Amino acid sequence: MPRTKNWILRRLGHLDGILLLLVLLLLGVSLAVVASASGQSPARISGHLVNIGLALGVMVVMANVPPHILSRVGLPLYVAGVVMLIGVALFGEIRNGSRRWLNLGFMAFQPSELLKLAVPLMLAWYFQRNEAVLRAKHFLVGGALLLLPFVLILRQPDLGTSLMLGASGFYLLFFAGLPWKVILGGGALGAASLPVVWGLLHDYQQRRVLTLLDPTSDPLGAGYHIIQSTIAIGSGGLFGKGWTQGTQNQLDFVPERTTDFVFAVFGEEFGFVGVIFLVALYLAMVARGLAIAARAPTLFGRLMAATLSLNLFTYVFVNMGMVSGILPVVGVPLPLMSYGGTALVTLLLGMGIVMSVATHRRLNKS
Amino acid sequence: MSFAAPLKNLDDELARFHGRLKAGAVFVLLLAAALLARAYHLQIGQHDYFIQRAESNRISQVPNPPNRGLIVDRNERVLAENYSAYTLELRRAKTQDLEATLAEVGRLIEITPGQLRRFRRLLAESHEFETVPLKSKLTDEEVAILATHRYRLPGVEVKARLFRNYRAGDGMAHVVGFIGRINDVDLKRLREDGRAENYRGSTHVGKTGLEQSYEQLLHGRTGFDQMEIDSSGRAVRMLSRIPPVPGRDLRLHLDVELQAVAEEAFGDYLGGLVALDPNTGGVLALVSKPGFDPKLFVDGIDPETWKSLNESPDRPMVNRVLRGIYPPGSTIKPLMALAGLELGVRKPGDRFADPGYFTLPNSTHQFRDWKRGGHGVVDLRRSISQSCDIYYYELAVDLGIDRMHDYLAQFGLGEKTGIDLEGESSGLLPSREWKQRRWKQPWYPGETVIAGIGQGYHLTTPLQLAAATAMLANGGKRVEPRLVQAVRDPRTRAWEPLPGAVRGEVAIDPRHLELVREGMKDVMRPGGTAAKAAAGAPYTIAGKTGTAQVVGIKQGARYDASKLALQHRDHALFIAYAPTENPTIAVAVMVENGGSGSGTAAPIARAVLDYYLTGKRPGDLALEAGNAAD
Repeated sequence: MPRTKNWILRRLGHLDGILLLLVLLLLGVSLAVVASASGQSPARISGHLVNIGLALGVMVVMANVPPHILSRVGLPLYVAGVVMLIGVALFGEIRNGSRRWLNLGFMAFQPSELLKLAVPLMLAWYFQRNEAVLRAKHFLVGGALLLLPFVLILRQPDLGTSLMLGASGFYLLFFAGLPWKVILGGGALGAASLPVVWGLLHDYQQRRVLTLLDPTSDPLGAGYHIIQSTIAIGSGGLFGKGWTQGTQNQLDFVPERTTDFVFAVFGEEFGFVGVIFLVALYLAMVARGLAIAARAPTLFGRLMAATLSLNLFTYVFVNMGMVSGILPVVGVPLPLMSYGGTALVTLLLGMGIVMSVATHRRLNKS
Repeated sequence: MSFAAPLKNLDDELARFHGRLKAGAVFVLLLAAALLARAYHLQIGQHDYFIQRAESNRISQVPNPPNRGLIVDRNERVLAENYSAYTLELRRAKTQDLEATLAEVGRLIEITPGQLRRFRRLLAESHEFETVPLKSKLTDEEVAILATHRYRLPGVEVKARLFRNYRAGDGMAHVVGFIGRINDVDLKRLREDGRAENYRGSTHVGKTGLEQSYEQLLHGRTGFDQMEIDSSGRAVRMLSRIPPVPGRDLRLHLDVELQAVAEEAFGDYLGGLVALDPNTGGVLALVSKPGFDPKLFVDGIDPETWKSLNESPDRPMVNRVLRGIYPPGSTIKPLMALAGLELGVRKPGDRFADPGYFTLPNSTHQFRDWKRGGHGVVDLRRSISQSCDIYYYELAVDLGIDRMHDYLAQFGLGEKTGIDLEGESSGLLPSREWKQRRWKQPWYPGETVIAGIGQGYHLTTPLQLAAATAMLANGGKRVEPRLVQAVRDPRTRAWEPLPGAVRGEVAIDPRHLELVREGMKDVMRPGGTAAKAAAGAPYTIAGKTGTAQVVGIKQGARYDASKLALQHRDHALFIAYAPTENPTIAVAVMVENGGSGSGTAAPIARAVLDYYLTGKRPGDLALEAGNAAD
């Protein structure tokens, strides 16, 4: 028995205490909000608890996988992902007007989800291999590796996922040292090409953007979600209406309120003070992740920890921005808050990698 | 390759990485600041606005329409009542394909072409988010069928609603009127009167008859339930409630039995009858034939039925008692006689020899009497009982049009009586001033002559004749006709009397009045023009017959009913009151194309008087249509 106990303790020893505390705090808040948003439905709460348990397990496992092992799966995962994306483009199932799903017979699967992790792993492995001799050509290759799945997902079409993938790939290139000239030049070029991009967008994508600019133009259609969620947040005021006391939430005015729009429920019931607290928790996680990156012994570890941290906050920003009406509605959940197993597992898997980077200090040769 | 370069490179890269970490941290802080700024703007800056938006989201003022007041007759027999029933209604905004839905509903339950026509007309008049009734009074079976198929019929709703039922049938339609769905015109008027708020939740409003004129009392006050609702509009709980105040019940002077007797007495004839209590002005019966079924209008009439009602030559929608205007003919003679006495133009003892014609000075035109050769020696009493035209030609000329107009005006001719129904005509009491204004012509002496027997420009409604007769009966008190005698307080259930109005009193010398009344009694006595109609009555009647010409008869020709098409025959008129010692009922009858007043109109009045005064129905007495001329 003591041996088993020691083994467990050794496994848990790979967790980062500060990150774990922040994760548990956020998950605690999430449980409370999902409970309120679901009308304290026992099924929802127990489902959420199962998801949380599963995701924490995945996090513990990942924290115990040494970075050098992890870096080896980057290439195969990436190749498999891209092949499946091509498969989707050729044979994928169409649901809701876009070709995103691959039917594996026993389950339908979105390869784009896999790429969200595979792209950073692949790029981090690639830059690790070329550490100390990085030149322009490596960034060109890195950019190409990012662009391939980006374009494939954009064409499905799935603007939200491709942009999130693009962001994580860009963060990696940025931390790997992509020159400022290129970043600023690319930014300027991107701004200049906006009108062209607009023309390439699908109707429903254009509508989403237009609805964002003026939600009242379609108060019963696409604008309804944004209008109701901003009413929920705004009516929360400084201290909120109190747990389970949000009328917008309890009376069903907020749509998707346990999943994508959970922030509206939080904002209504806990107010501006709650929002400050929540943003502070996320900032603390980012700060901890960046600190781990700063002290990581390998380039792979540094790049992964920094990229995953920034990625986390990008999700936070995109979700809160959408729910509070400053970004278009894209189906992005709020990290560690929204109900939903896949997103939770993916996120804590990433946190597990960051913890692994933090606790495997020995310089491993890859 | 030396180790230095890569190591140097490594140090550089690490330094650059730390720089990038700081840049990343700044980026994240900027994003966080943007989120917090937005949250501040929503939660602190615009908090009041959003609180109000959230409240109006969740709180709904659900109007709770009051029960409409009942209308009952003098013995509290119900004329208009409410009942609850299920209706099938469609909300166009929620139906995907209206035609397909209608076809599907038509397969499930029977929808008649008339219901469908009515539905389409209402649909055209309503907004797409309103419900429009397709079929009312669903049977339990139909409700069950619709309930089971509801899931595949979006926009189809079965609602429990209060309906109006008119129990008394076609004959009461002109009195009670009907309610109908609130249309744009009604809504505009309600808004202008500031009553629109009270009609939130009401679907119907009084359109004609008492339903219209007593709308404000009948409707009641709408209550409001403040409900908390969820996003689908479902009520979650009640926050507060202002209960509705039901409308007031109306109790009429009218007796439905008397009304039925009167209607029956008309037989196949069209026309109007009104009976008043001469002391109060209470309307005891008000018949306008033909009537119509008021129930057709309650939920919207289908266009074809409406067309047939509206374009029928019998004009069932016109209330003849209030709006039918006819020359009063000889029924004006008692008032003329009174004018002669009161203004000193005739003395009670005056006699005169009737030559059978009348000519104006300096004229050869002969004004004839209805009786060839005249009536011999005639005094005032006899002039009434024999209806001597020549007597009144001369009297009219002696009075002159100005005095004639002014005296008759005191009895309400040419003026609305003020009955508690809308749409009354004022008729026409001709005068010099009127003719100048209307025709830009002077008054000619010949016009005075025929005005003396109620012809020429004279136009009166049966109601005006009844009101004037009531004045002869009550001694000159000008009472306004009233249908409603009392309203019921919805809380105490007690009847509160609604007093009538008196528009002043004409001072009449009792001797003069007595003389005229005797003349009217003589009309009903053997030898009088309507003697047959009074035969066997256990009470005494005072009356006067009359005819209103539909077509003019050429100089020298004689009126012969048998030679005229039915619709060109004279309208028969009759006025009466009884019992003469202490009159309790005054009646005016107009029978369209009835020929003579004595033959058709007087027996109808007799039936009404009999029932009112003795409780006996017309079957008890055999009344033959007499041919005694007036």
